[in-house]
Amino acid sequence: MADGTYPEGLLYHPEHDWCQIDGDVATFGITWFAQDALGEVVFFDPPTVGDTVTKDESYAEVESVKAVSDVIAPLSGEIVEVNEGLADAPETINSDPYGDGWLVKVKLSDTSEVDSLLDQGSYVQGLG
Amino acid sequence: MSRYTAVTPDDLKEMLATIGVASLDELFDALVPEGVRLERGLELPDGMTEQDVYDHLRALAAKNVSAEDEVSFLGAGMYDSYVPALIDMLVTRSEFLTPYTPYQPEISQGGLQVMFEYQTAISELTGLPVSNASVYEGPSALAAAGYLARLANKKGKFVISRAVHPHSRETLRTLAVGYGVEVVEVPLRDGVTDPDAWAAAIDDDTSAVFFQNPNFLGAVEDAEALAGAAKNSPAVVVAQYDPITLGILAAPGEVGVDVAIGEGQQLGNRLDFGGPSFGFFAATEAYLRRMPGRIAGETKDVDGRRGFVLTLQTREQHIRREKATSNICTSQALNALAGVVYLTWLGREGIVELGDLLLQRTAYARETLAAVDGVELLHEQPVIREFAVTVDAPVDAVLERLAAAGINGGYALGRDYEEYENGLLIALTEQRTREQIDALASELGAAVAAERATVGASA
Repeated sequence: MADGTYPEGLLYHPEHDWCQIDGDVATFGITWFAQDALGEVVFFDPPTVGDTVTKDESYAEVESVKAVSDVIAPLSGEIVEVNEGLADAPETINSDPYGDGWLVKVKLSDTSEVDSLLDQGSYVQGLG
Repeated sequence: MSRYTAVTPDDLKEMLATIGVASLDELFDALVPEGVRLERGLELPDGMTEQDVYDHLRALAAKNVSAEDEVSFLGAGMYDSYVPALIDMLVTRSEFLTPYTPYQPEISQGGLQVMFEYQTAISELTGLPVSNASVYEGPSALAAAGYLARLANKKGKFVISRAVHPHSRETLRTLAVGYGVEVVEVPLRDGVTDPDAWAAAIDDDTSAVFFQNPNFLGAVEDAEALAGAAKNSPAVVVAQYDPITLGILAAPGEVGVDVAIGEGQQLGNRLDFGGPSFGFFAATEAYLRRMPGRIAGETKDVDGRRGFVLTLQTREQHIRREKATSNICTSQALNALAGVVYLTWLGREGIVELGDLLLQRTAYARETLAAVDGVELLHEQPVIREFAVTVDAPVDAVLERLAAAGINGGYALGRDYEEYENGLLIALTEQRTREQIDALASELGAAVAAERATVGASA
């Protein structure tokens, strides 16, 4: 991916996370901008299923050849699934950040938090 | 005004005038609350002339007894092993002895190669795939393993055998307070970790379990059973080993140990009045990214030639800041170099032969001492290089009598274990001969008899 892509149907958090809402379950991932800034991802340190995540706080770590970065939760809830495929192929976060590179699925505890997220246009505008 | 500070009375006056106070007393009045002031001079002796100081220090230094000035049976974690001349020749080469860690480490390929070869040797010795380039010493290695476990599973309890070295237990307790983990100690039975109490202490909130093999009393633990007891818990299995015994004990990696750590002094480092030495740290691949310390890796340069790098540095504090796996981003490279030279000098067969030799000498010493009147074995578990007895007299007084005869009789266990008040821990190295063991037996018998007579006379 040479240039940044930011799908229309997703919601965004200013810390460069995306989420896709399906009822009361949301899929989280990091945006093209985030993976590009990190560089080649070599390790994803996931939370455990059953852990509680809190909006705006760190819930996992992504390690690239350059640094280790916290991943910020765009919404609050409980982890119901983690992307097991990333254990063997963490670089998927670079190659397909909105598809096979998703990180976790979360059962939301407060769906009203969704209103605070950005749509594609606002997020891209924030990137300048 | 002190002779050893460069400030003259004129300087002082000028500085005080600049900040607007009249005297030093006025300055301290303004700065130091009255309640915390000493209000008197320090009770220090008068100064001495340089020649008197020299004589005084020389007299103090003469009180030191080196391991080479006595026949030493003192071990308890550090051992008077022979250090071949080869090691001094290599570690004192200026390329190794003098440089500080280069800030661009790859410029120092020789240094990285030493680390890589050291790691390879430790990995083979422990049967675990990953080793770091060493940490400060054994106890901090054990405490660092606890932190690794805490980072990995976030559980709240450490279970540690009372037969783990007292220094390691103390260090773990000190650090565990900082990250909020409770430390539970499991008692001993017949000289080894009580297997029932051990199993009962491990639960779903156990972050790590720690045992030592051979344990502090010299006894060989059933490592496989101790590790197995933690199998159905989240606990990381940590074991502290005497590396010299790994030539004849099953490798930690083969009996279910996740993290093997220990003191490296006995590998090519002298006692040197207590240090410095190094600690080794090896783990299964699952904990690779949680390892403390530096790790050297093998790579190829642009022309395909073999080279070495510092790898996985994202764990370390210069990148990871407060989330680093350890705040020790150094290694004891020079001491670890002595360790890898020693292991290479011994070789695959040598380390087994050395283990066998220690086994036989220790068996002879144990049998000989057990036959002495007033001396009993503290436990009858299998041992390799160290064993414990109980003497029927105040052990410190017995040790003093032995010292007068030029023998260091070992470690008084009562210093750390109130339940073994007159316990004595006796260590063997390949330096101790049969004649010296016989001399220990006769001097120990005489010392115990003399102390019994003293006690009898004063009663």
